[in-house]
Amino acid sequence: MKHLRQLEDQSVYILREAYKHFDNLAMLWSMGKDSTVLLWLARKAFFGHVPFPLMHIDTSYKIPAMIEYRDRLAREWRLNLVIGQNKEALANGMNHTMGRITCCTALKTEGMKLLLEEKGYTGIILGVRADEESTRAKERYFSPRDKNNDWNFRDQPPELWDQFKTSFPPGTHIRIHPLLDWTEINIWEYIRLENIPFMDLYLDRGDGTRYRSLGCAPCTSPIQSSARTVDEIIAELRESKVAERAGRAQDEGRGMELLRKDGYM
Amino acid sequence: MKVGGWNSFEKMGTCNTMITESTQALERMNIVMVGHVDHGKSTLLGRLYADTGSLPEGKLEKIQAICHQQGKEFEYAFLFDAFLEEQQQGITIDTARTFFKWEGRQYIIIDAPGHKEFLKNMVSGAARAEAALLVIDALEGVKEQSKRHGLLLSMLGVRQVTVVVNKMDLVGYRQDTFEGIEKEYREFLSQLKVTPQFVIPASAKQGDNVAQRSQRMPWHTGPTVLETLGRFSVETARKPRPLRLPLQDVYKFDARRILVGRVASGRIKVGDRVVFSPSNKTGVVQSLEAFNVDPTPLQAQSGQSIGITLDDQIFVERGEILSHEDSLPLVSTTFRANLFWLGRRPLELRRPYLVRLATREAECEISAIHRIVDATNLSGFNGEEVKTTVQRNEVADVTVRAKSPLAFDVCADFENTGRFVLVDEYDVAGGGIITEMLRDREERLRVEARQRDFAWVQGNVRSEDRATHYGHRAAVVLLIGPATTGKAFLAKKLESVLVAEGRYAYLLDAENLRRGLDADLREGDATETVRRYGEVARLLIDTGLLVISTTNPFDLPSDQVVQAIKTLVHPAPVLTVYMSQEPGDCPSEADLAFTGPEDFDTSTRQIIESLKQKGILAQALGSKPAFQYSI
Repeated sequence: MKHLRQLEDQSVYILREAYKHFDNLAMLWSMGKDSTVLLWLARKAFFGHVPFPLMHIDTSYKIPAMIEYRDRLAREWRLNLVIGQNKEALANGMNHTMGRITCCTALKTEGMKLLLEEKGYTGIILGVRADEESTRAKERYFSPRDKNNDWNFRDQPPELWDQFKTSFPPGTHIRIHPLLDWTEINIWEYIRLENIPFMDLYLDRGDGTRYRSLGCAPCTSPIQSSARTVDEIIAELRESKVAERAGRAQDEGRGMELLRKDGYM
Repeated sequence: MKVGGWNSFEKMGTCNTMITESTQALERMNIVMVGHVDHGKSTLLGRLYADTGSLPEGKLEKIQAICHQQGKEFEYAFLFDAFLEEQQQGITIDTARTFFKWEGRQYIIIDAPGHKEFLKNMVSGAARAEAALLVIDALEGVKEQSKRHGLLLSMLGVRQVTVVVNKMDLVGYRQDTFEGIEKEYREFLSQLKVTPQFVIPASAKQGDNVAQRSQRMPWHTGPTVLETLGRFSVETARKPRPLRLPLQDVYKFDARRILVGRVASGRIKVGDRVVFSPSNKTGVVQSLEAFNVDPTPLQAQSGQSIGITLDDQIFVERGEILSHEDSLPLVSTTFRANLFWLGRRPLELRRPYLVRLATREAECEISAIHRIVDATNLSGFNGEEVKTTVQRNEVADVTVRAKSPLAFDVCADFENTGRFVLVDEYDVAGGGIITEMLRDREERLRVEARQRDFAWVQGNVRSEDRATHYGHRAAVVLLIGPATTGKAFLAKKLESVLVAEGRYAYLLDAENLRRGLDADLREGDATETVRRYGEVARLLIDTGLLVISTTNPFDLPSDQVVQAIKTLVHPAPVLTVYMSQEPGDCPSEADLAFTGPEDFDTSTRQIIESLKQKGILAQALGSKPAFQYSI
């Protein structure tokens, strides 16, 4: 439990730094386990309040249960929910059969860019973790993006002693990653410790499968699992040697490096 | 895929709080891999994962297949060099965090780049670590970055170091080669007062002494790289340390006014009387606030991000450091530090930078560069040459001078409040550890103000109440500049206009102290004259007045007078107005400058506007001024 409190202390510190330094701040919430833990940490940091809007980039292909869960928590926790959607791409029939990278770029990356442009956010808090995949392993807690949302990973700012990059020229924004040091197991341990409500899509509901990572319905597949409780998920993960995002199609090949360089989460 | 039937919220998961054997938590530890470029850090990391079966299923095979397809030899380094460019160039560009479980511990192993070009990335990685593996190539021996990284580790506060002499296969696993490198590097580290825990001969490529003990070097009796990980100890608080809590922010989301921050050292309890430095305000901790914690905590310790409420609604600001009264942090504008520079352009003397120390941010300059430390032999060359710049990747011994006083510690005593970064324009460009507080001219007055403020007896009327009643904060307006520019005339005019507009202003002329309060002073005791003047101003500030004065009667340079008065009335604001006959020579501490004699009505209006802009004067009578401070 001590290690979870250490992770919590660091994440809370980062969230408070973000809140102090950015007037126009928002948090990206996908309703998945990570960004829901992040949302819970925000309630920790701000004593039950969430003093910034939560952005959801709706691709329209999300599993319906996710939307229901989103609206329920938004109501109960009095969240300021902001929903972004690339309506033009959807009107032109964008879907995953046009190519997964193409679809992700249009509906997620572009969807987010449109919302950022509209709202003028200068700081965005995201729930990415270093252990998810190898380009995220190289992220900073405070990571600048230029006017085109591009990530210049060749020249990242130094980050030491909890002094973060909080000033930047106009036109750019900062991505803030309070969960960078958490592992998938830590997320579940913390959900258990704090009793955070999560979607039962993560559990085996009787058909011998569960989702390990949630995304759009067509591009996310469940894994074989009989885990019906958080304890069983944690036990399963301790034994597992399969990457968490093995069920996520966009990670194949160099997909993530290319996606993230251009502004993907 | 079936979707129907999942929508029910009743099925939303809840947690089982029973903790079973198989899910017991692991201890966490951050380890950084450093060393000269191409000495094999990424290879060692890849080998460690592969030989302990720690890679995700199929990862090794996948990378091997890609190598085969591209017609190049497989290297273990490819497992973690994620960027295409890193694989193409065969070097690590940026630090990667990797996660590794072994014998009850969750390690985060940070692979830092060894190329000189990416030193800032190495620093970012090493600053997070509790221990380091420093890799040296047996064939190449100790190189420039081997030493520079050793030096930076010691500056970054990483005290546990194990040295891995890698590529032993390239030197025929010879013991004498290994011992030569060991001796040379131990001697280097001893100058930094660092003793390596172990020095291990290894070959990451062949797997010798990484996870398995090498049959080819039976003369090595120490641990393998894998075994050495378990011998690093997780940092625990050594002995009880005094409290340091840098104030991060003040929240008022509901009825509670919560002060938040992360405890940098020591312990804080409900009921503690705490002091804020450098403002010298004090308060008693009424509660610790927390969300979803039952019962509410009564104390907190080093490392925790907390929220507290105080018994009294004093105004305090981010950047102050809370401590107990019996162990205060140092306060000065000036300190000496060892600094490493990572900026795109060189660090220059007298150029404006921002210093960020814990949560405090202040304007500063480098007022002296005493020497540049040569990382390869740790000697300094100062000689006759006066250094005015520090180049990228250099380490230097410097004096930092901030525009306003800062609370801090010497790094050897308190790590978290004894180090800082410098910001050049938008970027963190350097980091330093404080080696010594330097007494500035105001030191004596600052100590006096501190003791006086701690013992100040206050009535029931708060400065907040006075500010609301008067429509302004108490403040000092000082008119400075050469003689016969009309300062005295403007001072009188400003007092008249303010009072005519219903404000409470008072012209405090130092002449008026000469025959009375200062009657016992010999002619020419200039510093004592200023001190007494400042203390009188401090009393008038406590009554809520706007105190107006000129620096004419003081027989001292005006910047000294301004600093002395600022120190004594701190934290009340001082507005400095400079008047001269010629434009151009305005001192940097002036808030406003007039070339005169000119239109005094206009000048008066400009001063009043400036007071409004700063929130000292409320925009209209009867409203509350925006600027906040209390004494």
